[in-house]
Amino acid sequence: MRTGLARASVKLSRNARVMKEHGSGMDLELGTVMAKQKERTAVLENAEVCAPEWNDILEKMVLIRKFEEASEREFRKGNIGGYLHVYSGQEGIVAGILTALGSEDIVFAGYRDHAHALVLGSDPKALMAELFGKRTGLSKGKGGSMHLFDVAHGLYGGYGIVGGHLTLATGAAYALRYRNTDRVAVCYFGDGAMNIGPFHEALNMAGLWGKQGMCPALFVIENNGYAMGTSVERHSALTDLSARMRAYNIPAEKVDGQDVFALRGVADRVVRQIRETGHPYCIEAITYRFSGHGAADILQPYRTKEEVEEHKHRDPILILKKRMKEVCGLTDDDISRMEKEAAAVVAGAVKFATESEEPAPEELFRDVVSGSGEDRFHG
Amino acid sequence: MSSPGRERIVFMAEISYRDAIREALVEEMDRDENVLLLGEDIGIYEGTFRITQGMLKKYGAKRVIDTPIAEAGMAGTAAGMAMLGLKPVVEMMTFNFAFVAADQILNHIAKIRYFSGGQVDMPVVIRGPQGAGMQLSAQHSQSFESFYGHFPGLIVAAPSNASDAKGMLKSAIRGKDPVIFLENAALYGLKSEVPDDVNHLVPFGKSVVVREGSDVTIVSYSRMLHLSLAAAATLSADEGIEAEVIDLRTLRPLDMDPVFESVRKTHRAVVVQEQWKPFGAAAEIAASITETVFDELDAPVVRVTGEDVPMPYARNLELLAVPHEEQVIEAVKRVLYRN
Repeated sequence: MRTGLARASVKLSRNARVMKEHGSGMDLELGTVMAKQKERTAVLENAEVCAPEWNDILEKMVLIRKFEEASEREFRKGNIGGYLHVYSGQEGIVAGILTALGSEDIVFAGYRDHAHALVLGSDPKALMAELFGKRTGLSKGKGGSMHLFDVAHGLYGGYGIVGGHLTLATGAAYALRYRNTDRVAVCYFGDGAMNIGPFHEALNMAGLWGKQGMCPALFVIENNGYAMGTSVERHSALTDLSARMRAYNIPAEKVDGQDVFALRGVADRVVRQIRETGHPYCIEAITYRFSGHGAADILQPYRTKEEVEEHKHRDPILILKKRMKEVCGLTDDDISRMEKEAAAVVAGAVKFATESEEPAPEELFRDVVSGSGEDRFHG
Repeated sequence: MSSPGRERIVFMAEISYRDAIREALVEEMDRDENVLLLGEDIGIYEGTFRITQGMLKKYGAKRVIDTPIAEAGMAGTAAGMAMLGLKPVVEMMTFNFAFVAADQILNHIAKIRYFSGGQVDMPVVIRGPQGAGMQLSAQHSQSFESFYGHFPGLIVAAPSNASDAKGMLKSAIRGKDPVIFLENAALYGLKSEVPDDVNHLVPFGKSVVVREGSDVTIVSYSRMLHLSLAAAATLSADEGIEAEVIDLRTLRPLDMDPVFESVRKTHRAVVVQEQWKPFGAAAEIAASITETVFDELDAPVVRVTGEDVPMPYARNLELLAVPHEEQVIEAVKRVLYRN
């Protein structure tokens, strides 16, 4: 496993190049953050690293990667329509944080949401069927890739308007407390969501309600360096994104998003804290997306192939595998078995989605409002 | 003015439109602890229009939430609350400010039930005044029924009297769907009889005939209904023309059946709205009449609307910009070929 310094250097090299091209500043705090984080991670290193659940976490991450590769293939074949945003490269952020939740906790995500559903326990078959627009999908084929919902597993939606769901998560957190539960709401959003109005309105209200212990929310910035094709340096006046949380009275910290151990360590601590205090917290996970923004982002003119390759050395799955081999005695055979199993699950999901029926035409008018489709507008 | 269900109810109380709304909130908050209020200055300040007077003291800050000036925040957090089983009622100080929350209302609240495949309910009520007539000029005098009425997933109510205001607001709070509850500031002081019944519920999508007549059908809602009734009275007294006046009460769902039935009798229709003419509610209603009962019409349907300008401040100009009784009378005479 690389040192915190090595981790920082990859990030800094990207920033240095961007700075050269665009003349903007770099995130000088990051080296310090990573160094601090290394200290925290060290505590976890020998104590919990070999707990059986880490096998499950690695399995989940492998499953996400295989699922995303399959969904990209199926998109190219024309079996998946619309937009497709895959999570490859960012798996650690959901695996490290969502596994720290209790079964009653809830999650809101942006449109890059397949991984969240998979880690929360959604059936990969129903998930793939949703992407295929089939009646067996999570939302009966009416939401698609960007709007995954699985309330039974705590997923309260993927949302397609950047930054639009932060208010929902804030209100949901209030409701959890209003009903005297100790449940927690987690809200994922990208760095690009931080420059839109509702971000400010949501976070300010979250901070305010947190003062009364009425906002048990964890805000997770999935900082993959780009708002679509516009880099952090080009879209944010202050590149230290989590520093903005200070304005909302929400404590925040940066975590290496490729290091699932580090993420899990932080998540365990802050989820417990949020549960106890009802006050929101923010984790800024520094990560990198290996695929394009969406399936149509083929040329990727905003970054070089070299940059992508460089970051692939910091694949969160590779890092976790290496760690588990070194410390827990995980073998290549174990890994190979894990990958085969994940591939089989995904192949089964694709088969299920392919063979499932399309939604019935009557479904068109259902769920517009409560009750039957008869309530629809007429005139 | 007739109130639906009047026959069934023995006791009536004469209260204002404002008090009717306030009573609905109080009764529903007493009935269900999941009902809570969000809004700007609804607590300590007790609301710009005093709808929430005394509510903070009665229910506490957890249920009467003074929010920052943040309409998107108010609407969006209410949506999150509703998804988790609460029944938030959001007060827009005026609906003119709700444009800030347009994405939250139209792209989230209206659609989440659908794209989740029905996995969540969305019982959010967004209420507040709209409309012109108080010299509030361009940014504070608009009407929004066609704007919200365009979007599937929303219910749009525009009550014209205290009884409907109370009964529809109670239906909204007890329901599972988002309701855009358009009040009219000019009606807040208007008193009318309201059934003294905690279960006085007025359903959505039920238009009512509020004045019977045989010569022409006038279709309206909210404040313009009163203008239409005044015109009908004048027409009856001065010209012997008997207008049938219909109160739509909700714009979505839109109950056109009583309108069609009336047009089959009168063969002539005038639609009155306060908002601008292009793409307005009256256009939808007129088109619907021609699509369904074209053969019954003896004249083209005529619209009476506000003038197509941003609302001016000066009193005389403002009065020129909003519909007035004479225009309704003129429109009726036009469809009767009397002018």
